[in-house]
Amino acid sequence: MIRTITATVNNSSGVLNRITGLFARRQFNIESITVGVTENPEISRMTFVVNVDNDRALDQVIKQLNKQVDVLKVRDISGDTIVARELALIKVVSTPQNRSEIETLARPFRASIVDVGRDSVTLQVTGDHQKVEALIDLLKPYGIKELARTGATALKRSSKSQSQELKYSFIQ
Amino acid sequence: MSMDLEVEANMQAAEQTDKQMSGSQMILQSLVEEGVDIIFGYPGGAILPTYDEIYKKGIRHILARHEQGAVHAAEGYARVSGKAGVCIVTSGPGATNVVTGIADAMIDSLPLIVISGQVATNVIGTDAFQEADMVGITMPITKHNFQIRDVQDIPTVMKQAFHIATTGRPGPVLIDLPKDVSTNVGTFNYPKHIDLPGYQPTVQPNRLQIKKLNAAIKEAKRPVILAGAGVLLSGGSSELMTFAKTRNIPVVTTLLGLGSFPETEKLSLGMAGMHGLYTANMALHESDLLINIGARFDDRLTGNLDYFAPNAIVAHVDVDPAEIGKNIDTDIPIVSDAKRALEILNASEEENDGFKAWHEHLNAYQEENPLWYEEDGETLKPQKLLEMIYEETKGEAIVTTDVGQHQMWAAQYYQFDEPDHWVTSGGLGTMGFGFPAAIGAQFAKPDKTVVAVIGDAGFQMTLQELSILQELHLPVKIVIVNNASLGMVRQWQQLFYEERYSHSLFPIQPDFVKLAEAYNIPGFKVENPDEARDVLKKGLEMDGPVLFDFRVTSLENVYPMIAPGKGHQEMEGVKP
Repeated sequence: MIRTITATVNNSSGVLNRITGLFARRQFNIESITVGVTENPEISRMTFVVNVDNDRALDQVIKQLNKQVDVLKVRDISGDTIVARELALIKVVSTPQNRSEIETLARPFRASIVDVGRDSVTLQVTGDHQKVEALIDLLKPYGIKELARTGATALKRSSKSQSQELKYSFIQ
Repeated sequence: MSMDLEVEANMQAAEQTDKQMSGSQMILQSLVEEGVDIIFGYPGGAILPTYDEIYKKGIRHILARHEQGAVHAAEGYARVSGKAGVCIVTSGPGATNVVTGIADAMIDSLPLIVISGQVATNVIGTDAFQEADMVGITMPITKHNFQIRDVQDIPTVMKQAFHIATTGRPGPVLIDLPKDVSTNVGTFNYPKHIDLPGYQPTVQPNRLQIKKLNAAIKEAKRPVILAGAGVLLSGGSSELMTFAKTRNIPVVTTLLGLGSFPETEKLSLGMAGMHGLYTANMALHESDLLINIGARFDDRLTGNLDYFAPNAIVAHVDVDPAEIGKNIDTDIPIVSDAKRALEILNASEEENDGFKAWHEHLNAYQEENPLWYEEDGETLKPQKLLEMIYEETKGEAIVTTDVGQHQMWAAQYYQFDEPDHWVTSGGLGTMGFGFPAAIGAQFAKPDKTVVAVIGDAGFQMTLQELSILQELHLPVKIVIVNNASLGMVRQWQQLFYEERYSHSLFPIQPDFVKLAEAYNIPGFKVENPDEARDVLKKGLEMDGPVLFDFRVTSLENVYPMIAPGKGHQEMEGVKP
């Protein structure tokens, strides 16, 4: 099962290494990791999308993260109402003839053209995983020259969660 | 106190706390602040400034002859004293030589402070002479590690390191100290408070879970306590005794938990696990309530998880929440210091004198299935040797071991009645651990008889530390259980590899007695079983260090045993 986990960590050197080393050593599968500094420059937020086999594995991911001295707080926010966004830059083969067609295609995705070359255009799209996937799928027939995408980064929404499926370590 | 004197005293205090010091002076002053009175180590280039301060300050430093010896000695010291063991080494090879000891301390939860020299900050990352990325290398095998980049950070890092190493679930902490940081000068001010928001171990049990456990005990018909190293590390042995006795519940220990509950006590069923006692394993297997206090359900204890305690409600007390539910589904999770949880359980004043049928059942198992070995009239049986050591030390010695057959025989035949008398490499299974660990243990308890029970193979991995015994006349008694083989490997090759003894027989050995004599240590070789007891008695009574080379039955196997992949109920070799 795919879960989204966020962790606030000390913004000090080697922390990312600690976390990725932990994931590798304990054989946890990571789909993506994003890291960035928070409103407090001493603290970074990490967002992991992990693929775990069962609840016990998920429990271990969270507990092992919690054991790290540099990790301040860990939450599995998969069951919460969250805002989760990915960003992708897609360089598509394009001729002057079909450029506007690609532009039209991109519009409902609110993707924007951020670079134009003689035989290609580069689109930027942000959104949840499915939306980014859908746009890439649509652009494939034109020929994708290069693709760069980030993992998901996520925050809980301010409004109360409707979901009762709050899943984090059962022992606190 | 008059006003003037008070002012003067305050000024003196301020002078002591706000002093200009070099980094290496700060390291040593921090050790003093933490109450450290002994360190184990080995000098070298990058750590020279710190060794210069050791020379000037006169702090007690034990010079090992190999860094591995130093770190295992620090582990032995930590296990017996309950304080953090401190080990200082240089960068590069000095530091990589302690990696085994760090991993050993990590898996067996021993508090260790390792200070490793490092090349100067301006050349870190350039593959400088004797540079190794110790923070990277030890990241997965330390509880936490630090590299100090600013001399001003030393007091805070040292304070945090000791706090992390010794609280919660203890473990090793490495501090990497670049050479220039150790010579730079800063203001020394040892912090009084610790600010570690990411490290807040839960040591108080949840009352609701305690209530659940009390209720489960009332319902139970076949309860059993599994006592692990957590009981010893928390100093909770007497609380465990009260708990077991008031509730009338039998106690099984893990290998590392030996001594947490007196083995000669009626409620004790002894050690469980791969080479544990039949009754102990069957008690776990047949129990309907398994109360694990400070054990981590290691695979050598549980055997095949599919057959482990199939009918038991599992309660698990552990200060490390990640251990709960890791291997075994847990019904009553109690995140707590073991001693604290036991105190609260004892305060609930529940009593029980029941479980009569269960006790009778287990007693019958004990009577029918005692440990056994067969004398052959020619050779000294290793089991007999361990029984003799137990008798001749009156069960009061501190016993250290390596890993393998001798370790299992020591665990089976030496009856530990007191806590912190058993020092063994459990989780990592480190050969070469037992002898240097005995050195550390002897420094922790100078008045105790310390016996290093080791194999002939493991001894050859760290025997250079005989120098420490010679130099300091340290009265460690070395007992080589010499079967001229890598016994446990040979046993497995016999049982599971059709007797193909690939590189496990050691027919060529040094003359251990002559070796001891080379270090000016009296040595005794014993081949005749009839002489064994007299020689042992004589050697144990001698003041200084002694080495015994006991030639034991070479093809003896450790029984009973749970073969790999089998469950507790499938023990082999239970009876002759």
